Amino acid sequence: MPPDAETIAEQVFAALADPSRRAILAELASAGPATATDLAARLPITRQAIAKHLALLAEASLVTAEPGERRRVRYRLHSAPMQVAQQFLAALVRDWDGPLWALQKHLDGPARGPGTIPSHET
Amino acid sequence: MVFPDRIERTIELAHPPGQVWAALTTAEGLGTWFGNEATIDLRPGGSARMSWAGGPTVEMRVERMEEPTVFGFTWPIFGLPEDDPRRTYVEFTLEPAGAGTRLTVVESGFAQLPDDAYGKAYDGNADGWARELAELVDYLDAA
Repeated sequence: MPPDAETIAEQVFAALADPSRRAILAELASAGPATATDLAARLPITRQAIAKHLALLAEASLVTAEPGERRRVRYRLHSAPMQVAQQFLAALVRDWDGPLWALQKHLDGPARGPGTIPSHET
Repeated sequence: MVFPDRIERTIELAHPPGQVWAALTTAEGLGTWFGNEATIDLRPGGSARMSWAGGPTVEMRVERMEEPTVFGFTWPIFGLPEDDPRRTYVEFTLEPAGAGTRLTVVESGFAQLPDDAYGKAYDGNADGWARELAELVDYLDAA
């Protein structure tokens, strides 16, 4: 059975709860695919710890492994699970109370203030 | 399931459904209480747009229009890439309540997963970029 949205989101948030894994994902996002050796040179994390975190991230499909130069494994960010986690956050930041309150004010009175910017795209 | 798929709110308004309907479905209404400016082509499949001064613009698609009881539209999920096919569905239901209106808004679809076709298209695209870049490297190496 393929994982459901809940399972995927849980894996993403568990991965992001660890500062070292956040640093690894942030580095792959900003600088592109890298090997464990590349990451160890750039981050204040030991190569052993990086290898362990990458294995966990690959298990959760947050990174994908691919052949790199000199037969080293290179890791690439896989953003599909992050987008599922983003949907979870999108539900939490959606504010219907603000607009509904503005609708009520709009119907009640001649004073027509501008609507509040919804959390939709801020 | 913890993942919230659906948000629901109900409020009682002291105005009849016709008036509430106008506030929800006209450019004048939407551009006043919701956004700062709005356009709407009020028919199923019609497009609508709301924008906020110095802020975002949101593209909507009218899905249901049963005056003056049901108005539904889809719009993008915040934070997903612009070309992502996933959208949430927002439905307003208006019921007479005394001299006023009971208005319910339900937004659903937060927990949907991309279908296989989408996953493939997405991964295919990522692979495509890796291949293009590899070809560029080969091209530059050969020069």
